[in-house]
Amino acid sequence: MLQDCIAAIATPLGEGGISIIRISGDESIAIADRIFRFKGKLTQMTSHTVHYGKIVHPEDGRILDEVLVLIMLAPKTFTAEDVVEVHCHGGMFITQQVLQLILRAGARLAEPGEFTKRAFLNGRIDLIQAESVIDLIRSKSDRAHRLAISQLDGKISKDISKFRNEMLQLLAHVEVNIDYPEHDTELMTQDEIIDSTNRWISVLDEWLRTAREGKLIREGIQTVLAGRPNVGKSSLLNSFVKAERAIVTDIAGTTRDVIEEWIQIKGYALRLMDTAGLRDTEDLVEQIGVERTRVAIECADLILFVINANEPLSNEEWTLLKMFESRPVILILNKTDLTVNVNTDEIIFKFPNLRIVSVSVLQQTGLDRLETEIIDIIQVNGVIVDESSVLSRSRHIELVTQARMMLEDANSAAGMGVPIDLIQIDLRLAWETLGHLVGQTASDSLLDELFSQFCLGK
Amino acid sequence: MMSYKAGSFDVIVIGAGHAGCESALAAARMGCSTLLMTINLDMVAFMPCNPSVGGPAKGHVVREIDALGGEMGRNIDQTFIQMRMLNTGKGPAVHALRAQADKILYQKKMKETIESTPNLSLRQGMVEELIVEMGVCRGVVTKTGAIYEAKAVVLTTGTYLRGKVIIGELMYESGPNNQQPSLSLAKCLKDLGFELVRFKTGTPPRVHGDTIDFSKTEIQPGDDKVKYFSYETKSMEIEQLPCWLTYTSSETHSIIESNLHRAPMFSGVIEGTGPRYCPSIEDKIVRFADKPKHQIFLEPEGRDTKEYYVQGLSTSMPEDVQLDILRSIPGLERVEMMRTGYAIEYDAMVPTQLKPTLETKLIQGLFTAGQINGTSGYEEAAGQGLMAGINAACLVLQRKPVVLDRSDAYIGVMIDDLVTKGTNEPYRLLTSRAEYRLLLRHDNADLRLTEIGYSIGLITQSRFDSFITKKKLVEEEIKRLRTTKARPDVATQAMLERQSSVKLVNSVDWVSILRRPEISIHNVFEVCPSPFLLNEEEMEQVEIQIKYEGYIDKQLLHVERLKKMERKLIPSTLVYDAVHGLSNEAKQKLKLIMPLSVGQASRISGVTPADLSILLVYMESMRQRVAANE
Repeated sequence: MLQDCIAAIATPLGEGGISIIRISGDESIAIADRIFRFKGKLTQMTSHTVHYGKIVHPEDGRILDEVLVLIMLAPKTFTAEDVVEVHCHGGMFITQQVLQLILRAGARLAEPGEFTKRAFLNGRIDLIQAESVIDLIRSKSDRAHRLAISQLDGKISKDISKFRNEMLQLLAHVEVNIDYPEHDTELMTQDEIIDSTNRWISVLDEWLRTAREGKLIREGIQTVLAGRPNVGKSSLLNSFVKAERAIVTDIAGTTRDVIEEWIQIKGYALRLMDTAGLRDTEDLVEQIGVERTRVAIECADLILFVINANEPLSNEEWTLLKMFESRPVILILNKTDLTVNVNTDEIIFKFPNLRIVSVSVLQQTGLDRLETEIIDIIQVNGVIVDESSVLSRSRHIELVTQARMMLEDANSAAGMGVPIDLIQIDLRLAWETLGHLVGQTASDSLLDELFSQFCLGK
Repeated sequence: MMSYKAGSFDVIVIGAGHAGCESALAAARMGCSTLLMTINLDMVAFMPCNPSVGGPAKGHVVREIDALGGEMGRNIDQTFIQMRMLNTGKGPAVHALRAQADKILYQKKMKETIESTPNLSLRQGMVEELIVEMGVCRGVVTKTGAIYEAKAVVLTTGTYLRGKVIIGELMYESGPNNQQPSLSLAKCLKDLGFELVRFKTGTPPRVHGDTIDFSKTEIQPGDDKVKYFSYETKSMEIEQLPCWLTYTSSETHSIIESNLHRAPMFSGVIEGTGPRYCPSIEDKIVRFADKPKHQIFLEPEGRDTKEYYVQGLSTSMPEDVQLDILRSIPGLERVEMMRTGYAIEYDAMVPTQLKPTLETKLIQGLFTAGQINGTSGYEEAAGQGLMAGINAACLVLQRKPVVLDRSDAYIGVMIDDLVTKGTNEPYRLLTSRAEYRLLLRHDNADLRLTEIGYSIGLITQSRFDSFITKKKLVEEEIKRLRTTKARPDVATQAMLERQSSVKLVNSVDWVSILRRPEISIHNVFEVCPSPFLLNEEEMEQVEIQIKYEGYIDKQLLHVERLKKMERKLIPSTLVYDAVHGLSNEAKQKLKLIMPLSVGQASRISGVTPADLSILLVYMESMRQRVAANE
């Protein structure tokens, strides 16, 4: 049985230096041959050799990067399968493009921890390490899962759900025609499918375009501004981006949704999220905002916890401090231009390791100190973006590209007059593939749609 | 009640409905001495609801039952009054045969078959208790005190377990069609530790055909050229009876609306969960208020009766309202109601308590099949009955159990859904439940399953021989069409022109001509006749396999990948709590379902790919540890 071929970027993310893409599986050398140009064929080379050449786009012949390619034949490799390593020199953006090419040439993106898993299952790693392999898979998957959802831009995530819902209605209609052929539902025609798929394909094209521009997913250190209402979180965000982005008023609870901004501090990209203030509220819209805040906090790499220095700490704030204790957090005492009524000694006594910075956003004081602390915590706590974020971007592009191909197939099949239940195969696959983007794969929803949309019975 | 030892059998089947009949026949034919018990001998293979067999997915199941050596296909072929192939305008995978049955004749034939099968005893009696010792089922005790010993017991109790009929304000304990319900057995199952749920289903009223004005309805005739369910049936000379189509009127809707306060569905009397796909007429009118009219099919219940089944009018409204509803329908203005429609509530097992063999996890040697497992439909019941009977026999004969994959059969899809995911409403098979619809076709049930049927002894040698001949002929012909060239000669071009197909410029193989949607195998044979004597069935097979090869191959590739996971078996001794790294949700679910393979585990909701990877790594480390100790 063929072992399918997996690929991923093996080196940590960073500008400059060399990035390595690793491919493993029976087909890995053949796949590399499809995009790598040098004087020869990799499949004819001996094991454990290095080759210099160029990565060439197979369709337009464009040269993407000059690279070194290492080929290693099974079993003397990390995974005990045939392994290819592509050493790219063109920086992260180019490396991602090379990875995309490899995926299109027949590999699939590795699951988190999959190289190590294969190494173990193929007997390359000894028994003692089994537990650490498990830990690796668990932690990497959890983070990838977190990222996959949190990185997706809120608007696009909504678009995808809307889009899939439209697909689902058409799928349900076709299913009713098949499973209830005598029911008085109109027959879905090939022409209608051609129209719908044409429309859907152009939507996916638009997504792919935005994805390549980096707008589909946002990468960077996810930083959440948390705190009670009206302590000045929005003002702080505005002062960071130096623009009136969040609406600032005196009325507690103004920020009802999560607002995101993109800022650079000393070369680090931070995805800064202003959140609805954390408090129990009766207002339904605000409740939703508070719920989103909690989700944002759970996914955050860094928490900036803002309090009003003019008031003593509330019970809620004590609870939050306790909750954030094990997380990378900076406590920001704002409004220090007013009388300071916060008991900082008590805070330090209870949380001796807590980083505390005093600022006045109004008077623009203490902000340099805050930036220094942010950089420090990033470096000390190792809050750096790892390869999972790049992976999840690649995965998104891979999924959308696959779904697009399936819709193309359905579209051309409909044009040739292929029976509707066969066209449905690709339509359904496309719908399921897009579901992976938003973490939804349950096919039960098709039946739910079927029975809610149509009146069926005996 | 004095009890006495009444006999000893290999397999006892309790209930002689569609599941029970298949179970008992399979076990007996595999060589086990078998007892089939029923509350009422006149109810063998009774159809308490619609007098029909088949349709999409359900008809596929009947073909599968036949391909495995079961009875339903043969029995309906002998007793149908109308046959139709549905979905002929769509692809071959969803072509579905549906028969209207002569309900009485269907029962009579099935009873005859059972009575004349060696190793099989058919008896009337109410089983009240299971004999269980140390977690193993040893036999049953009847109401009359008879103790029957057995090595395996199959429960196919249908809707009889604590059955309760509801008609408007009226409610009484009853099985279907006023049969005696089974009360003690439900309690016995509960006491043994099984979790039971309450489900509900319903049936429409029946009317007298002489009081129907058919001129106000549309005729629905059977097919001119009849196809059959069983691969064994060659031809049946029978005169078909038509069905008739009419619609509800606005008057029907207002009668229902003004009587909703008397509808048990809405007054809260019914506790059981009903199926979404089988709503009562009152349900349909409330949920789909915009729909001005609903289809009503009038189906004859048999050749020697004037009763008609009113399909589309399932209801539990009070009797007087039912009559008003009927008479508001065009063609039924003066109709006489012969039987009242009703809803029935009953106990069912939570099916995740079963292994994929349909044996209960809790008690060795106890199997359940059919409605007791939360399904609905004769075909679903029969499919499970067959598998439970086969596996009960395998247990007795100490043979390897038979479990069908999701890519082998709709029966496999259904059983896997039930035991892996459970169901929160009566489960009905739909073609959309299958991932590989194109592989699970009506036409290829024999290619998928007859070898299995033969290997367990349910398919006779002569039938198997003719199956092998067919298979070889089809393969040879496909090979011939692949290697023979179509040339741009006069005959070929003329044929292509007749079919409005593009003419040839160069020679191509016949396979690519046949792939054109407008070209049939008969067109090909006009120009390039086969040297083999192919019958219609074989020609159809060649055509389908060539025309849809691209799609078929795509699905086969998926299946191949998944099979790797299906083949990775999880040892039954695995302690999930000891697998460090599994999420808590995954641990809970895995402990409950106890999947046989990693493939089955992957289909449990809440078990993620990461959990599966961790499971694989854990299993491998256990294997290495064992190997190191040896």
